[in-house]
Amino acid sequence: MMIIPFLILFPFVVAALMFAIRPNKIRNGVAYVSAAVIIGAVIYLAVSWLLAGAQVQTYFVDTHIADKVILAAEVILMLVVTFLCFKHRKYWISLLTIIPTCMMVYLELYGPKTESFSHIYIDHLSILMCLIVGIIGGLIIVYAVGYMHGYHHHHTDIPDRRYYFFMLLFLFLGAMFGFVLSENLLWIDFFWELTSICSFLLIGYTKEQVAVTNSFRALWMNLLGGTALAVGIMYFAYTGQNYSLHELVRAGVEGNVFAVIPVALIAFAALTKAAQLPFSTWLIGAMVAPTPSSALLHSATMVKAGIYVLFRLAPAMQGNLTGYMIALIGGFTFFVTSVIAIAQSDGKKVLAFSTISNLGLMVACAGVGRPETIWAGVFLMIFHAISKSLLFQDVGATENSLHSRDVEDMHGLLYLLPKLAIFMFIGIVGMFLAPFGMLIAKWSALKAAVDSSNIILVIFICFGSATTSFYWSKWLGKIISHSHMTGEPFKDITKKNEMISLSIHAALMILLCVLFPLLSKVYVSPLLMEMFGTATDVLPAGVLYTLVAVIVLVFAVPVFSYLFSRNVKTNVKLSYMNGINVGDNKSFTDSFGDPKRLWLSNYYFHKMIGQRKLMVPVQLIATATLLVMMIMIIGGAI
Amino acid sequence: MNMFIRIIAYILLAPIVGGLLEGIDRKISARMQRRVGPPILQPFYDVIKLFKKQVISVTTGQSFLLITYLILMIVTGIMFYGGTDILMCFFVMSTAATFLYFASVVSSSPYATIGSHRELIQMMSYEPAVLLACVGFYLATGTFNVSEIAQSQISNIAYLPGFFVAFVFILTIKMRKSPFDTSTSHHMHQELVKGITTEMGAQNLAIFQITEWYENVFLMGVIGLFIVNSNPISIAVAVAVVLVTYFLEILIDNTSARVKYELMLKMSWMVTLFSAGVNLLVLMLVQRGGA
Repeated sequence: MMIIPFLILFPFVVAALMFAIRPNKIRNGVAYVSAAVIIGAVIYLAVSWLLAGAQVQTYFVDTHIADKVILAAEVILMLVVTFLCFKHRKYWISLLTIIPTCMMVYLELYGPKTESFSHIYIDHLSILMCLIVGIIGGLIIVYAVGYMHGYHHHHTDIPDRRYYFFMLLFLFLGAMFGFVLSENLLWIDFFWELTSICSFLLIGYTKEQVAVTNSFRALWMNLLGGTALAVGIMYFAYTGQNYSLHELVRAGVEGNVFAVIPVALIAFAALTKAAQLPFSTWLIGAMVAPTPSSALLHSATMVKAGIYVLFRLAPAMQGNLTGYMIALIGGFTFFVTSVIAIAQSDGKKVLAFSTISNLGLMVACAGVGRPETIWAGVFLMIFHAISKSLLFQDVGATENSLHSRDVEDMHGLLYLLPKLAIFMFIGIVGMFLAPFGMLIAKWSALKAAVDSSNIILVIFICFGSATTSFYWSKWLGKIISHSHMTGEPFKDITKKNEMISLSIHAALMILLCVLFPLLSKVYVSPLLMEMFGTATDVLPAGVLYTLVAVIVLVFAVPVFSYLFSRNVKTNVKLSYMNGINVGDNKSFTDSFGDPKRLWLSNYYFHKMIGQRKLMVPVQLIATATLLVMMIMIIGGAI
Repeated sequence: MNMFIRIIAYILLAPIVGGLLEGIDRKISARMQRRVGPPILQPFYDVIKLFKKQVISVTTGQSFLLITYLILMIVTGIMFYGGTDILMCFFVMSTAATFLYFASVVSSSPYATIGSHRELIQMMSYEPAVLLACVGFYLATGTFNVSEIAQSQISNIAYLPGFFVAFVFILTIKMRKSPFDTSTSHHMHQELVKGITTEMGAQNLAIFQITEWYENVFLMGVIGLFIVNSNPISIAVAVAVVLVTYFLEILIDNTSARVKYELMLKMSWMVTLFSAGVNLLVLMLVQRGGA
């Protein structure tokens, strides 16, 4: 299986090329080809693995050279981060990289010697992650080539460092592949730190003051998680005499006391990566970066790394205090951030909060740790990756054409920029409307939460689902409302490569909706089988058939009723304005008898549930909960 | 076989039952206000007349959205009376409700837009109680399946009084009855300008009306589900409870003044949390003790 080292190393090679090649045209060409190669490689990996029987496979037992290379790279990373911290006078943050790196170096050189084991582990979950990272990530790079061209055309004040930007994107992909395929905890730690630092550098790309501030916030939060991860690994290395992730999970499932603390610490680290409360602010701050990097951070890579780790640990968290803590924080985040999302009118901010909120639901699913919740979580992850990537790219493209990304300005987008509006519609509908992603996830999450008597989670899900519907529906309503814009029509200046990426995403989204029962049977059920060792039919046949029927209905009914109603003779009249219409639907007569522009706006409740009002209190609550529960877990295990 | 009879009965009879309920509703309301009131069959006359009128609309897109609303609502009822998963029924219902929102907001008319935004707030107010009611049924019977729930040994209301209270409370919101009718009126001439239906006329308004009937019959079915058990007599009791509940809604409608949406949201969430939430807590504790 030489495809695996290729998959990990190839993006790093391309990253170096990106940095080296300065003429834009040549670099863009290389980026396209490389993205295509990556997509092809992951598909090849997945297909060949499935054809080979889809068994768990392990590789690379003897890896002395690779170990040393990774060790050296880790030290270099530490030096780079320390340098940047000192340069920007954030001295204390450097401690968060120096300490864990020293611990890892010590472990590698003087740590307990264990029997040799495989360093690469392939199963359904890691292949799925590879597919998400490779396909979505590759498409984002295709999109980024066009987007960044326009970006630097518009933002002449920002130095054009596209070579650096694309280097980071590829570095990110390489790190993600390494992360999801590794079995050795020391390797995992390295790739973990690499994704943290890549996201830090991406957020700070524009070098503006706000970008630098936000990037350091992202850095310290993620490095804090990395420190917890390192402590967890070290503890496990000495108590469990092992560096293998699966051994850790096995020890956790068997109920060994020494596994409790590492599992809790690694789960804590995953919370920072998945931007759960109280660590949500870094992901919100990340939107100052150019859109492709937000798309990458939110959909395919960074945050999914946290979810991946939690899914891996899920069997070891089922029914214990760590699982309860994770489910609690996830449920809380799901509800609270969906409430805050209502108050946002900036399209990207709505997306950011909805990402955190959806991640919260996935985290809660992992925390409950039952087969049906993992089933739901996996589907949620797939749906979310595609939908969020689509939406971020679409909002980015809309912003270029509309010169605004405010949801209020998207009133009547369907008539202004029809293509982009339809993509946006597909992305949003795929996320929350029956019978798609959220719905099946909610169904099984609710069931499992009830089964595991997790009453708080049940209540969070019920209330959170109401608020989630609210902010999505009002956005959808904005898109389809008849335009009240006057003046020049907007021109769709979306580049061809951006369109290609968007179209593929939309097609994937629809395909996924139609094929998900099949996917569940062929892929996700075996995944659960691997993870829990028991085959469970998550979705009873009755529900499955109902779902399929509903899917067909929701697609077919609007089409048929459209065809049916198209021929109804309608006398189109002006809308009701109390008799003070001006002559079109865009203005009315004001109290001076002059025409006044009509402007329709959504509810936001800024003052009641704005970010400024809610963020700090909920962060405090979450911090307190985390602290108390971590103390309880660690205290109970010592 | 039985299932098909129930489904067909629902498709055919629901509009008749729903229309009659509305006719009685209007009659009783009129009597409460010391008016004579329209004949009981008046809703049917209205709808027939609406179908005969010329279609006038602000936008052509509206009618297909409304037809989708109607069909999805019928599907909700079919799924419910056909005895499938109750959670799925409500998911389809919320999808249907979203189409109603689209049908109204697509017009970009100021009154309709305000009405539809308020409708969204109403949806947000009632959804938690609806989902919790499903959770309640699941806890009490161990299944989400409607036909199995209906075959319980004892009426589920014995286990779920709190959920029942919460559900009846949000029923007022769902049926857009005063004091929670913000989405249907915010204008002095309420008969002319009715929030979410402002820009719906003729055939479109008739479709909306019929959908309401289907919806009410579905919702009353859920109320009945709290009562029905394996004993056939319970069906008669269920019908009686449904009628009493409906009368209660009419009474509330006629004796209370409209509240602002903030208060509606707060009240419904509080009632949901304290009534259904406490019931949920007790049920879970009892089950854990039993197990």
